Amino acid sequence: MSMSDTRTTGSETSGSKTRTPDSATRSVDELTATPTAQQLSPDSADVLHRVAFMTGDELTIPIFKRLRQDGTLYREGDEVSLERDKALKIYHTMLFTRVLDERMLAAQRQGRLSFYMQCTGEEATVIGSAAALEDDDMIMAQYREQGALAWRGFSCDEFMNQMFGNELDYGKGRQMPIHYGSRDLHYMTISSPLATQIPQATGYAYGQKLAGKGRCTITIFGEGAASEGDFHAALNMASVHRVPCIFLCRNNGYAISTPSSEQFAADGIAPRAFGYHMQCIRVDGNDLIAVYEATCAARKIAVETNQPVLIEAMTYRLAAHSSSDDPSGYRSKEEEAIWRDKDPILRMRHWLEAQGWWSEKEEKAAGDQLRREVLESMKRAEKLAPPPLDSLISDVYDMPPPLLEQQLKDLKQHIRKYPHAYPKGASSMGFSAQEIEQSRKTHEQLQQGGEQS
Amino acid sequence: MSEQQAMSSANAEQAAGAAREGNTSPVSGTGSKKMNMLQAINDALDIAMDANPQVVLFGEDVGVFGGVFRATSHLQDKYGRDRCFNTPLTEQGIIGFANGLAAQGSTPVAEIQFADYIFPAFDQIVNEAAKFRYRSGDLFNVGGLTIRTPYGGGIAGGLYHSQSPEAYFAHTPGLKVVIPRNPHQAKGLLLASIRDPNPVLFMEPKRLYRASVGEVPEGDYELPLGVAEVISEGRDITLLGWGAQMEVIEKAAVMAERDGIDCEVIDLRSILPWDIETICKSVLKTGRLVVSHEAPLTGGFASEIAATVQERCFLYLEAPIRRVTGLDTPFPLVLEKEHLPDELKIYEAIKQSLSY
Ligand SMILES: Cc1ncc(C[n+]2csc(CCOP(=O)(O)OP(=O)(O)O)c2C)c(N)n1
Ligand SMILES: [Mg+2]
Repeated sequence: MSMSDTRTTGSETSGSKTRTPDSATRSVDELTATPTAQQLSPDSADVLHRVAFMTGDELTIPIFKRLRQDGTLYREGDEVSLERDKALKIYHTMLFTRVLDERMLAAQRQGRLSFYMQCTGEEATVIGSAAALEDDDMIMAQYREQGALAWRGFSCDEFMNQMFGNELDYGKGRQMPIHYGSRDLHYMTISSPLATQIPQATGYAYGQKLAGKGRCTITIFGEGAASEGDFHAALNMASVHRVPCIFLCRNNGYAISTPSSEQFAADGIAPRAFGYHMQCIRVDGNDLIAVYEATCAARKIAVETNQPVLIEAMTYRLAAHSSSDDPSGYRSKEEEAIWRDKDPILRMRHWLEAQGWWSEKEEKAAGDQLRREVLESMKRAEKLAPPPLDSLISDVYDMPPPLLEQQLKDLKQHIRKYPHAYPKGASSMGFSAQEIEQSRKTHEQLQQGGEQS
Repeated sequence: MSEQQAMSSANAEQAAGAAREGNTSPVSGTGSKKMNMLQAINDALDIAMDANPQVVLFGEDVGVFGGVFRATSHLQDKYGRDRCFNTPLTEQGIIGFANGLAAQGSTPVAEIQFADYIFPAFDQIVNEAAKFRYRSGDLFNVGGLTIRTPYGGGIAGGLYHSQSPEAYFAHTPGLKVVIPRNPHQAKGLLLASIRDPNPVLFMEPKRLYRASVGEVPEGDYELPLGVAEVISEGRDITLLGWGAQMEVIEKAAVMAERDGIDCEVIDLRSILPWDIETICKSVLKTGRLVVSHEAPLTGGFASEIAATVQERCFLYLEAPIRRVTGLDTPFPLVLEKEHLPDELKIYEAIKQSLSY
């Protein structure tokens, strides 16, 4: 879209002195990397007369930390901007996420679920950031951010319905487990192709800027996904078009088996922000208070000045990449132990206990109750029917085109002949369990007959 | 996939032994070994790297870990980090890098972790790899390039771990597209792909990675690109497919046989360029053709085959050419069985063709 299309051009021509949310008001040298006349002047300090390269090592990026592992603050006496109820709600969400992950991995091991991905070790990053936002800010995540969705109020049943792909799954049983989405909770449905949501977040946030309601988008992604071209395109466009978007990188050390040392040569992800003239901060991703406060401040920058912000949260993927992965082939137990000692949930618990807001007794009660809730919810979801056969062709377009209607009709005719081979489709078409079983027997007899002849 | 299915695949492999020999170039080793498809691919990569120091392997997680499917296991150990390594997570980067490396004269074998994730590299494949030779008048080419990628459904992978994107690439002159059906084929076709002086996209049917087990000749051998293979001869109808679909087609042929229908089963093996002669010769004999692939119907490679066959065999056709494919939808998860072209759907198509 051209500059003159944007609503903000008006404020520029009206001569407003306030900072307007559009690049139209920025000076040329802010917008381009072309040196200004001043920069080219031989007297300027910006000019060299001998070859000298810069390495970037001139700059070191500090890490923002608030809580020690024992729950004490690095700077005693500093205010923590989290009041009791919110802190407890955050902690409860962290516990829920941990319990959900443990139970669902166990369910996968028992063969009840085809696939699972744990957030273990990264709860402070995803929940602390989500808690710093307004409930109708947009979240565009990668796949390991179930805690953020739980924070927004996605119910245990809603999680289960998606994982079991039953008739109540909003995604109609089309995607693998953990690909959640919720329109009501402003949580974009997860897409497996990595990094695709990052430039989409830039675009979403641009729309929020035009809408002018003071909302922003956060996009969360791994340090591996940040190697995709989409990441770089997204940051550049966000800076150029000045969008209220928070880019939150979960630097958890690994992309499947690939350690971050083989992912990038630079000092992590944060310095990339400078290449796009974007503000950035590195935080201890296992420190809930630090993540929360950094995201609150980032949101303020994003919404009040229409500038994107990059946050790099330093954390560790304590679990395997997914239920299909075994990390013992690429990292040591010792390394895992070091990070287990930095458990973000334990750290938060220590802090809460020091405030006198939480106790051993409450911890145990909450754990028991959450485990019960998860197991009961899982049992309910498992029993529900799969999505109806017609859902095979819906949502490809707003309306199925005639050819697709025909394909469904042909499929139904075929299933009528062999209901036993398509039990889900057949039962959706009204075949009873007995009819399906009968069809199986008939078919088996025919086959055996064929083999004897 | 069940043990039973794996067995039937192995049996089909043995049964097809005789027909295959004609296509097999001399094998330098003597014996053969039982392997699954991953082991056969690993073996081919090992042989290629051993024979040619310019062969370089890379992709996401292919290094120490040996790839998420373990196709590159132990190769970093054996050939060092310069020749077998992890890349950053960027498919366009991987293939761009591979194009440059191939232009320089090396022999890159790049892995794209899943065919579903090949699209960030689409530009580098379609606009660059495929057109490198043509646009420079062959001053430069990337003929050394091979791209390996697992494809296909039937593994509860849903939208993004199931796709069969061969038709997108079949629409790209300058590329070769090759798909093996079992371990023996995988090894010979991969070795031929790596050594072919054109960029090759080698698509591996991941459903069969561990499920398909068969005898694989030891040592170095190649199977020809651009040549289909008649797996079993028959009079009444030609059944054509590639990759994992061959197993399904062979089951349908067994069912049809019980009805006294004699099927000629052909594995296309190379999607681009494809072996028109072998297919048309068969259809001229049988008068009937069923083509099956997992990818959606519209614009699938079966469409190209049907168009060409009707041009060449029109007066010999006894029935319309039938395509048995996935539905024209993205790949589903829970209703995957309903979506996929299985042996029952192929069997029905065979009967319809016969009773036309
Ligand atoms: C475009 C694309 N390429 C490859 C993959 C396969 N894949 C899934 S997750 C993953 C690693 C991601 O690592 P990271 O971004 O660091 O996130 P983490 O798993 O550590 O949370 C890979 C390579 C994919 N899903 N999409
Ligand atoms: Mg990571």
